[in-house]
Amino acid sequence: MRVGLDIGSTTIKCVVLDEKDNIIYSTYERHLSHSVEKSEEMLRRIAGQFGEEVLFAISGSAGMGMAESVNAPFVQEVFATRVAAKRLSPETDCIIELGGEDAKILFLTNGMEVRMNGSCAGGTGAFIDQIATLMKLSADEMDAAAQTAERTYTIASRCGVFAKSDIQPLINQGAKVSDIAKSVYQAVVNQTIGGLAQGRPIEGNVLYLGGPMTFSKCLRESFDETLHTKGVCPENSLLYVALGAAYYADQTCDLLELAEKLSHHNATATYRSQQPLFESQKEYEAFCARHAKDSVPRATFSADYDRTVHIGIDSGSTTVKVVGIDEEDRLLFTAYRPNLGDPVKLLHWILRDLLQGHPKMKVASVTTTGYGEDLAKAAFHADFGVVETVAHFTAAKHFLPDVDFIIDIGGQDMKCFKIEDGAISDIFLNEACSSGCGSFLQTFAEALGYGVEEFSRLGLLAKRPVDLGSRCTVFMNSSVKQAQKDGATVDNISAGLSISVVKNAIYKVIRASSAESLGRRIVVQGGTFQNEAVLRAFEQEMGVDVIRPDIAGLMGAFGAALYGKRKAPEGHVSTLLRLEELMNFRQETENRTCGLCGNNCQLTISTFADGGKFISGNRCERPVTGTKDDGAWNLYEFKRKLILGYKPGENRRGRIGLPLCLNFWELYPFWHTFFTELGFQVVHSPLSSRKLYLEGQNSIPSDTACFPAKLAHGHIEFLSRLGLDAIFYPCMTYNVDEGKGQNHYNCPVVAYYPEVLSGNCHCLEQTKFIYDYVGIHRPKDFEKKIAVILNREFGGITAAEVKKAAKAAYAEYNHHMTEIRQEGERLIKAARAQGKRIIVLAGRPYHVDPEINHGIDTLLTRYGAAVITEDSISHLVEPFQTTVLNQWTYHARLYAAAKYCCQNPDMDLVQLVSFGCGVDAITTDETREILRQADKLYTQLKIDEITNLGAVRIRLRSLFAALEEKEA
Amino acid sequence: MEANTYPRFTPEMKQTHTILIPNMAPVQFRIMAAAMEREGYHCELLQNCGSQVAELGLKYVHNDTCYPALLVIGQFLDALNSGKYDLEHTALIITQTGGGCRASNYIFLLRKALEKAGYGYIPVLSLNFSGLEKDSSFPMTMPFMMKLLSIIFYGDLLVALRAQTEPYELEKGAAAAMQEKWLDLLCKQVLDGKGCSNHEMKETMPQIATDFAAIPVNRIPKVKVGVVGEIYVKYSPLGNNDLERFLTSQDCEVNLPGLMGFVQYSAYNISETVRLYGGNLLEKWVPDVMLKFIENTEALVIRVLKENGFHAPLPFKELVKLADGIIGTGNKMGEGWLLSCEMVELVRAGYENIVCAQPFGCLPNHISGKGVINRIRQMYPQANITPIDYDPSATRVNQENRIKLMLAVARERLQEQYGVKN
Repeated sequence: MRVGLDIGSTTIKCVVLDEKDNIIYSTYERHLSHSVEKSEEMLRRIAGQFGEEVLFAISGSAGMGMAESVNAPFVQEVFATRVAAKRLSPETDCIIELGGEDAKILFLTNGMEVRMNGSCAGGTGAFIDQIATLMKLSADEMDAAAQTAERTYTIASRCGVFAKSDIQPLINQGAKVSDIAKSVYQAVVNQTIGGLAQGRPIEGNVLYLGGPMTFSKCLRESFDETLHTKGVCPENSLLYVALGAAYYADQTCDLLELAEKLSHHNATATYRSQQPLFESQKEYEAFCARHAKDSVPRATFSADYDRTVHIGIDSGSTTVKVVGIDEEDRLLFTAYRPNLGDPVKLLHWILRDLLQGHPKMKVASVTTTGYGEDLAKAAFHADFGVVETVAHFTAAKHFLPDVDFIIDIGGQDMKCFKIEDGAISDIFLNEACSSGCGSFLQTFAEALGYGVEEFSRLGLLAKRPVDLGSRCTVFMNSSVKQAQKDGATVDNISAGLSISVVKNAIYKVIRASSAESLGRRIVVQGGTFQNEAVLRAFEQEMGVDVIRPDIAGLMGAFGAALYGKRKAPEGHVSTLLRLEELMNFRQETENRTCGLCGNNCQLTISTFADGGKFISGNRCERPVTGTKDDGAWNLYEFKRKLILGYKPGENRRGRIGLPLCLNFWELYPFWHTFFTELGFQVVHSPLSSRKLYLEGQNSIPSDTACFPAKLAHGHIEFLSRLGLDAIFYPCMTYNVDEGKGQNHYNCPVVAYYPEVLSGNCHCLEQTKFIYDYVGIHRPKDFEKKIAVILNREFGGITAAEVKKAAKAAYAEYNHHMTEIRQEGERLIKAARAQGKRIIVLAGRPYHVDPEINHGIDTLLTRYGAAVITEDSISHLVEPFQTTVLNQWTYHARLYAAAKYCCQNPDMDLVQLVSFGCGVDAITTDETREILRQADKLYTQLKIDEITNLGAVRIRLRSLFAALEEKEA
Repeated sequence: MEANTYPRFTPEMKQTHTILIPNMAPVQFRIMAAAMEREGYHCELLQNCGSQVAELGLKYVHNDTCYPALLVIGQFLDALNSGKYDLEHTALIITQTGGGCRASNYIFLLRKALEKAGYGYIPVLSLNFSGLEKDSSFPMTMPFMMKLLSIIFYGDLLVALRAQTEPYELEKGAAAAMQEKWLDLLCKQVLDGKGCSNHEMKETMPQIATDFAAIPVNRIPKVKVGVVGEIYVKYSPLGNNDLERFLTSQDCEVNLPGLMGFVQYSAYNISETVRLYGGNLLEKWVPDVMLKFIENTEALVIRVLKENGFHAPLPFKELVKLADGIIGTGNKMGEGWLLSCEMVELVRAGYENIVCAQPFGCLPNHISGKGVINRIRQMYPQANITPIDYDPSATRVNQENRIKLMLAVARERLQEQYGVKN
């Protein structure tokens, strides 16, 4: 008899085979992170039923450590899958297996290969679970819903947290649950294929294994559609790993003995621990007493209340908060509810009940804030909208007039701001990779079978909290699992998670090294700080007592109400829908593609009972106002026009394709002129698009490279179909030397990405790809070196011709840069004449690509700013000493641009940073430092595949609000 | 921090200060430390590790900075915090390659971190060969440089010999003890100003190899694993969660290509740059001469290995040629083409199972590591390469699980080849 035990990240599977390898027993159960206890119980069960002495092996991602600790035979799980597939489905060419946290692709024929998800792409099954929880659906319901979907939204296919921040706004905007569900499955498909296939085509007989594949028909169909194949989900698809382990088992074990060892394993606690939150009950009580003091006075709010009310609505990412105050700032009523994915419906109920219950009250103002600010304002005709950062600041000042630091941890986002001289001086928002802290605690509590409050209370008096580090939630997930394996109890895990949330905030988002550097007068707020464990951990970590208002979860709404009260003139009557209108309130949502320009934004249009409309998902105002942004205040648009203005010339020698990616965004004029002069017809790939990216994504070997680099694959794919004589994309260690730093390198990715394309894009097998190492920083040598390369490839090109072409190329490049600088100068002058704010949107040349910058440039002009580029002003600054090694040309421009901002009071810098850009880990701190020396605000926008601009909007509006405060 | 105000390491400090050295390659660095002592510097190779090292790194360095920077800086701060050192008389040393990768910036990040942590007064020395940090660099004389080269050869030899003996030794611990014995001996010699001349090497190296060859072994076929990667995580047990020991515990023979390859690669790149883009002919000539000069010792190492029945690496001249069809030799940031070539060399030499170790998000390795694996597989279908990312949050379980998968495939092949199950 053989027994295979598969301990996965969320489930545990076991099979028992008889002498003829027939399955005589099998089971598939969730272990709710009690994997050790569950395994022990299972072994005892099987021993009792089938006997103790069996051939036995353990497998599974959570099985390794366990097998080691009890000295049981272990089979790596992918290997086990293969063993089972060879036996059960020998015709299989390729296996796609999704588990709780892992995704795997096995290529069995034509050179066996196994691919597993990297440490970045954290969850698949767990991710689907998380989203289902977010939408309050069971896995089955989600699958059923997805099958009625009409459209899919673009959801980032990197790691779960990214996708989550795409989904949240969709929920808030009222997108249909069915469509979101389908989009989630499609994102999983893209993630699996993009991350794991890495250029190898998935063909032949495909086998689908694992929980998510087995349970979701829609997921399988999405794979089928994308792969243009018909995969099979076989019988026992959940048990392949366990079966493989059983087949492979060749050591006889005594199951009872193993179970016994497991029970001991359970008892030894060997995880890394840290200081407890409270040493004693007494200490905890003193803490509670101290915080009880920070409360807002309340007033009675009876059914016949007949005085004025100012209402604040905070429509957050996962919850809706509503607060009403009277003229003395006393609380009349509050509401704090999870939005269940439909905030408008919830708000409708709340407001209707409120008006019904208090017919005599006079609503003087309604102010909305939060992620859903605009939608809520439009739906209910609120008076004011205020950016959430300002709302929070307003509320915090109410408790501590000289507050100098505010930190807000909500369901999904974290906001911190420093206050100097009564204005917000610095804003930190969590970037997509560490979001979800509050909701993570909740998801985890639920996964362990607790409510979030109960769960965090468990940790308060835990003696040895687990040390879980300070990284993104997906990673935390596996750390928790590991801690459990090491015997950590729930109370210690709970405390550890609370401490991690805090460490994330301090070290990941704010990156503070000491409490002093943040300030001593700190107000903490947001729903997550209602949690006493988190609050305590924060005080411990910061070494300072902080103020947590008793309405910590309602501060946004409270601040909005205060804001409205300040804004509303004496005797003002709110524009809020009247009770009759609320009774008849209806909202219908419709999704369509805008189609007014090439962006093809996916619009979500909410229509209300009174005929009012609210459009979201748009990148520009065109679908709303009907008129097009002419780009007159946008140097990004100017640069795009310049590059796209180069047309193919005459074809005397052949056709050459240049991919419009990375450094071609600056060097296109150079290479276009060079090759045109030589008699080649030069064509380029189009502006990037989602479609272009997806077409190239299956050849990306490293999924953690920056998005601009990954886009290059799509460009090459496009060019390869044009039947060109060659595609030219040189490797360039060095960039042009502008004399601004100690060297003039390109970053490693820009410098050598053609190597990656050459080695991984199959489409290049048909087209000549010239990617020699070329240096244009030494014009004389360039002529000679490039002549050799061209003659090798094409022959018959004279030195004189090359010389002439090179001369023209350098001239055109200089002309191009001069044009940018002149236009920059013109824009600055024009902006000054009209009193417009000037924003230096600083990045690299390729950030001009709309698919990379997601329209942030036009967003800025919509907010009334003139947008200029770093390369239009960097020449105006003398070289200066930086505190880091200034050795990359593009980054030297960035530092210079920051310096120039310091010299110009009406100019502010916003830095675009592509996720995964290692160089920017250095430049961002340096740029911040340069700006800080001149008392300038620094704003960093991290961008990736994510197309949602919600967080960006908050950032920019906060920046403008802060600048206004500063000037006022 | 104001640019330019950081403290310099003055010549007088040589007498008064202890220089702390981060521990990257434990064997090679130990002999190097002895050489620095000999020059009159007081130095100490840092041995401190543990979770607080990475935590301090995270606290004082931008979190998206590469893992090696976090660890090196964390290790320094942890040492300074330990109370073991007289802080008024402590200096730090860090290498600087001067290449186009972020690593050239470590020294600046270290200075920023020191300032933030209140150690702004502690001088930092740069160990580089690129003329960077002229007023803060370790004074490099020609004879001392030659000595360092000899030491690296010794270190690489000791590492290779132990790695090729240990898995097969009959008496557990024999190879480790032998390495320890020779390390002690070499350090002592170096302290006495001996051991590094050509003729001394010619005498000593064969002795070392015969000593190892004399250890009783049973050479049953075992899974052979090569380790390549970003230089710090490749060598440093702190950086790679003790990868070498893990692989050994899985009953593998581990091949960690030598540190000398990186030195030769760095020299070669200078002349290759001139070849590719033009430039000062002297810049081309000097490294070529140096490489030529090293060849003799390189040949000696190869010879003593082979003569004693051990596997020897290819001479550098041959290694460069392996780039052909895989990657351009102009790819010179980080470990660049060397990393790709090492993978090819390993595969060809029977170490076809490879761990390609890199810090999470390491820029050069997107290209010369993960970027070339497909190509290598096409040319060498037997290549069984697994890229592993290292960063403070990557869990050991996850890494080991992936390595185990690579090993499962390797074992299966070994079984097919030799009919043994191991």
